[in-house]
Amino acid sequence: MSITLTEKAASRVKSFIEKRGKGVGLRLGVRTSGCSGLAYTLEFVDEIADDDSTFDSNGVTVVVDPKSMPMLDGTVLDYVREGLNEGFKFTNPNAKESCGCGESFKV
Amino acid sequence: MALLQIAEPGLSAAPHQHRLAVGIDLGTTNSLVATVRSGMSTVLHDEDGRALLPSVVRYLPDGFAEVGYAAQAKQSVDPHNTIVSVKRFMGRGVKDIPDAERMPYHFVDAPGMVQLKTVAGVKSPVEVSAEILKVLRERAEHSLGGELVGAVITVPAYFDDAQRQATKDAARLAGLNVLRLLNEPTAAAVAYGLDNAAEGVYAVYDLGGGTFDISILRLSKGVFEVLATNGDSALGGDDFDQRVFCWILEQAKLPPLGPHDSRTLLTKAREAKEWLTEQPEATITAMLDCGMSVELTLTSETFTEITQHLVSKTLQPTRKALRDAGLGPEDVKGVVMVGGSTRMPNVQKAVGGFFGQEPLNNLDPDKVVALGAAIQANVLAGNRADDDWLLLDVIPLSLGIETMGGLVEKIIPRNSTIPVARAQEFTTFKDGQTAMSFHVVQGERELVAECRSLAKFELRGIPPMVAGAARVRVTFQVDADGLLSVTAREKSTGAETTVTVKPSYGLSDEEITRMLTESREHAVDDMAARMLRENQVEANRLLDAVQAALDEDGALLDDKERAAIDELMGRLRAVAGGGDSPAIKQALEALNRGTEFFAARRMDQSVRRALSGHKLSELEMGEES
Repeated sequence: MSITLTEKAASRVKSFIEKRGKGVGLRLGVRTSGCSGLAYTLEFVDEIADDDSTFDSNGVTVVVDPKSMPMLDGTVLDYVREGLNEGFKFTNPNAKESCGCGESFKV
Repeated sequence: MALLQIAEPGLSAAPHQHRLAVGIDLGTTNSLVATVRSGMSTVLHDEDGRALLPSVVRYLPDGFAEVGYAAQAKQSVDPHNTIVSVKRFMGRGVKDIPDAERMPYHFVDAPGMVQLKTVAGVKSPVEVSAEILKVLRERAEHSLGGELVGAVITVPAYFDDAQRQATKDAARLAGLNVLRLLNEPTAAAVAYGLDNAAEGVYAVYDLGGGTFDISILRLSKGVFEVLATNGDSALGGDDFDQRVFCWILEQAKLPPLGPHDSRTLLTKAREAKEWLTEQPEATITAMLDCGMSVELTLTSETFTEITQHLVSKTLQPTRKALRDAGLGPEDVKGVVMVGGSTRMPNVQKAVGGFFGQEPLNNLDPDKVVALGAAIQANVLAGNRADDDWLLLDVIPLSLGIETMGGLVEKIIPRNSTIPVARAQEFTTFKDGQTAMSFHVVQGERELVAECRSLAKFELRGIPPMVAGAARVRVTFQVDADGLLSVTAREKSTGAETTVTVKPSYGLSDEEITRMLTESREHAVDDMAARMLRENQVEANRLLDAVQAALDEDGALLDDKERAAIDELMGRLRAVAGGGDSPAIKQALEALNRGTEFFAARRMDQSVRRALSGHKLSELEMGEES
């Protein structure tokens, strides 16, 4: 089981956490909602729960809750620019179909 | 695949429900838009990677408008239709614009605000500003990939109600939901995180292209209060360029120049000034149309020397603002630098010397206001956890309610941070009273007559009870926009009335200041007036109570006793309406003392009445049950 951050994503996360002044890592998760069933969540982590899985990827502690883990296994998180917009992009081998805008998906 | 930003723990937005919010610095010379991405405030750029949008709008014959660099480039060829520095006209009449004749615009005097005649029709400053805001809104929506829930727009601390309202109108016209207007110096302080810093006084030194503003802020409990502002509306970086330009003319011994040569040299002057920010000396070379050439070296020392008087000119208003705030430079805990012109090392040095400390300058001074506004917008849009909630607004004057005798009972004291809610219980004054009227007032004075009336309303349906038995809870609530709602609720029946008012409406800063000064000046008079009114109210209450007792149990008194009480009542009645507070107090106490035996006798009688007709055994049983 693993989740990886690209080098670019990791360096952005590190600088965001540094700028924020607190935080021990990055939480990836999945929750139900959206037009196609499931949606990603991406949050700063102040506290790691006992049943969370943690990974180290390029120096960033990645935290995932047990319910989200099976749906995120193998995911690669990248930081990209698209036109004027920039942000994090999930590449998830478990996702079978996603809605037009890609914000929600099905496994 | 949509791109995601990192949210605060537990605050991930549902898909398609990102709360996108921006901060906008709507400046005189340049405007910017910023947002918080993954917890970091960043300025948004246009397609060419430029952060600044010149606040210039050029109207075209087909009714369209060019905004920004494109409009700025046409300023000299189409001056009548190219509006620069529109911020100066916001909420202003023709009479308020001192150098109107010297401007290339066709002003139209309209009620309330001046208008400008352009090739695309008559435009109000609100419409011109809306063109600028529209471009920024579009930039933000392209960059963030969605519609904005709202924006925080910054305004100078000295902007009055009309200017603030005009700014809000412009935003609405541009399709922006205004989350809040924020004072520019406050935004700069927020960008430096001073709202989380130690409490104290901070100075914000803002030297822009054409204006200078100094603000003295006090931070307490996470709230910035503007203590004083000052400045010079005709002093900025352009004056430094002009000074270097004159120096070039002197040094190169140039004859009077044509407009093109002047422009060339002015540009060279500005470049030299900017070069000196990082370098000890700048070389100025130019070939002029008139056939002459310029080759000069401007050292940092010379630049400091020739612009010395301009720097001093900023320190005078600074001194004045501090004096207005009743403070000295040593009381200032931190100095925030705003505006591109504060990059000049000699300005930094002078300001540092004046305050005796290194100014805060590690954020880009052109962007700091927009960055702070974005942080505030992010909070207001609900993207941060509650414990980080920023409270930046306070109510300027106390809010209260009229009580008996025309006195003010303050419910929410001035400088309370909003949103805020406070409640207080009131009761009826007379037996059998079934309605109460409420008068909501604003101000610091003790008497209603000297405060500002906001609203009047009535609560009906109170069940008849003896005076003082009803419990009426009055709740004052001020929301984040400064909207006040007052609710009165009688506790036993649940009867309720609510009224909503906007306390700040129509009050200018001067009026607020005047009301505050008066309250301080009249503090002693007010206390005396309050005591007098309280005594008067108490006198009337006692007279009513004694009269009621006499009507009911007058038979308990013999003629002599009755005459004595009548005499005391007469004496109190004689002084009660007058202004002699000690005399009322004295007569009050006399009547109180003089009726003590009567009260005791009434008590005995009512006990006897309660007991009569009952056997002792019944009473004991009664106690047991």
